Amino acid sequence: MIAESGHYALVLALALALIQSIVPIVGARWRDAALMNVARSTALAQLLFVAASFAALVTLHVTSDFSVANVYENSHSLKPLLYKITGVWGNHEGSMLLWVSILALFGGLVAAFGNNLPLSLRAHVLAVQGWVASAFYLFILITSNPFLRIANPPLEGRDLNPVLQDIGLAVHPPMLYLGYVGFSISFSFAVAALLEGRIDAAWARWVRPWTLMAWIFLTLGIAMGSYWAYYELGWGGWWFWDPVENASLMPWLAGTALLHSALVMEKRNALKVWTVLLSILTFSLSLLGTFLVRSGVLTSVHAFATDPTRGVFILLILFVFIGGSLSLYAWRAPALKQGGLFAPISREGALVLNNLLLTTACATVFIGTLYPLALEVLTGEKISVGAPFFNFTFAPLFVPLLLAVPFGPLLAWKRGDLLGAAQRLMVAGVAALVAMALVFAWTYGGATLAPLAIGLAAFVIMGALCDLAERIALFRIPLSLSLRRARGLPRATWGTAFAHAGLGVALIGIVCETTWNSEYIGSMKPDDVARVAGYQLRLDGLNPRQGPNFREMVAQFTVSRDGEKVSVMTPSKRNFTTRGASTTEAALLTRGASQLYISLGDTSADGAIAVRIYHKPLVLMIWWGPVLMAFGGLLSLSDRRLRVGAPKPAKAAARALQAAE
Amino acid sequence: MTRKQRRLTLIGCALVVLAVAAGLVLNALRDSIVFFSTPSMVAEKHLGPGKRFRLGGLVEQGSLKRGDNLAVTFTVGDGGATLPVAYKGILPDLFREGQGVVAEGALDASGVFRADTVLAKHDETYMPKDVADALKKQGHWKDDYGKPGNMPSASAAPTQGAMR
Repeated sequence: MIAESGHYALVLALALALIQSIVPIVGARWRDAALMNVARSTALAQLLFVAASFAALVTLHVTSDFSVANVYENSHSLKPLLYKITGVWGNHEGSMLLWVSILALFGGLVAAFGNNLPLSLRAHVLAVQGWVASAFYLFILITSNPFLRIANPPLEGRDLNPVLQDIGLAVHPPMLYLGYVGFSISFSFAVAALLEGRIDAAWARWVRPWTLMAWIFLTLGIAMGSYWAYYELGWGGWWFWDPVENASLMPWLAGTALLHSALVMEKRNALKVWTVLLSILTFSLSLLGTFLVRSGVLTSVHAFATDPTRGVFILLILFVFIGGSLSLYAWRAPALKQGGLFAPISREGALVLNNLLLTTACATVFIGTLYPLALEVLTGEKISVGAPFFNFTFAPLFVPLLLAVPFGPLLAWKRGDLLGAAQRLMVAGVAALVAMALVFAWTYGGATLAPLAIGLAAFVIMGALCDLAERIALFRIPLSLSLRRARGLPRATWGTAFAHAGLGVALIGIVCETTWNSEYIGSMKPDDVARVAGYQLRLDGLNPRQGPNFREMVAQFTVSRDGEKVSVMTPSKRNFTTRGASTTEAALLTRGASQLYISLGDTSADGAIAVRIYHKPLVLMIWWGPVLMAFGGLLSLSDRRLRVGAPKPAKAAARALQAAE
Repeated sequence: MTRKQRRLTLIGCALVVLAVAAGLVLNALRDSIVFFSTPSMVAEKHLGPGKRFRLGGLVEQGSLKRGDNLAVTFTVGDGGATLPVAYKGILPDLFREGQGVVAEGALDASGVFRADTVLAKHDETYMPKDVADALKKQGHWKDDYGKPGNMPSASAAPTQGAMR
């Protein structure tokens, strides 16, 4: 019964989405307010039905109803409750349902909180949301229905892929989807603006918070996915330039560019056409990411199943939306009026440079990810483009970007003073040189690029602090006055400083981890001692243990430094009986920002076990950086300007119409 | 500056960045891409020692030998030819005899493939896509490789494991 109701709710959501796609547009053409307002009620009702459908699938998983194929294939009655719930989106059908649920959530939020939008803009935005939603409802109902029943229900399920049985699955996919799908809002706003043929600074003021929110989630989602891969997959890496990772990085790069160009549009009414194009591109890249991951053209942990009809269907959606929106752009964009003028050296100019470098970096990732696929389709030749490609293309483009980051906020709008900005960044420059010299002296004879990169990171962090110090006139006026000024600064300014500093923090982590990582690989017997980076790790013994749906072999290591015991680490190797698969559970020991990392290999006949131990200096900074960036985004989002500054011409009219509804 | 000059400056900057990026991409594509081969293709193409490529195929039954200090050797075959592989390190969780494998490295002077990376992206029902395609092409594909057993449209979730 629950499965059928879930299915039925999804069909109703599709019907509502179809109404939402057509009626408001007709209403906008006829200037009929009642028809335009249909968008609001359908968007909210659609959210209700998708939520019901999603709740139905969760219920089926929690109650282990193995008569439903999706539950049978991905669940097991002995699986812990948390993984029964997270397992809902640990498979293709369920994760697509999560995707549309989040899409409906964003549509519902626009409907609920968009009262201050002009009526026709809201109608258009929600209609475009309706188009996207309809396409994905059709996709789920036709090719990936999660509610299919099995004729002869089995007694036990096949269990979830062991790699996915982790707390990471509870956080990473929802976060990532909130980011991916969140960009659909800026896409809908862009298409609506093109349909209406009208765009102004107020438009950017509405788009920016939505983009910022999506960006915060995407940032956290990518960082979380990276940390999950780091500790779960057992080989200590955190980014592999895997096509699936690139699929999430591309919308992030484009979204970051969008965030900055929307700023120019909001403040200076310039770069309108470019901002609209970026909105379209960002969501197109999100769709492309969905296609790459869900169609089975790539093989990875994320590709749950390879079914050609699904690939073709998503490809079709991709063509319709990307092709359609870009054609609309080519047709209507020239009608949008150009805005304010600015000199090349100015805040606007700096933001243009930021956009230029970010989109170019995004393009190199795009080429590296899709070139092997294109080559295989065209010539049949199989190649792989690995980390070296991205290190040689992506990194050189990010160096000028990072050099420019501290200058941006110090330049004035319209016409800036580069020399003045450089003088104000003197302290940051000196700090960078000192950091470089210190690291160089400390690691004398070692890597030459690493001290330079650390210096660059120090420049970015100190540059962000310089900007703050400059604004509160630190040390030039009495301290109490400075502090009062600091409290009075707009939250967005603090947000910018945190986000930019986060970039530097992440860079330090990346450089330290890749350059000064030490590693021990060998086979150890009980009472053997391994020495890594000044730590002694003694293997105390191996003990078998029984988990809820797995058996594991736990190795106990005593970690000591200079003869003093620091801690005990227990990596293990798990064997999941139902799938016959085994996973390696790495053990992590955090010391400051650095970590010791142990993962196990096979046991040999003589009782020795293969062990891999890493010492990763400052590795945690890789993820603290994105967290800082997201925190900065959150501060910006809470800025007064984004909440109360927008004009509300349509409010009174909208109220009156709702009453008539 | 006039409006036109400003626009030209912007376009000039954009062109410079794009040209640099294009140069970087072309350079990197020449140096850092890796081709995929099966043992038969290696035999046909007479690949020289030192040239990096990805080797894909099935681990031959009974060929896995463990030496001292985590050194392992095994043979990869595709039904037509076989190639000995040497590797030092921990093999992925899902590495098994009779299963598909992808290894990255280069041939040495004696014709042994020295792998520095071994990937086994599969679980009990799944083959690496590159390997499956290559085997199909050579007619050595057995239907039961891809079949998930007696399940109704079971989805195989590949597990990823790699050694670096």
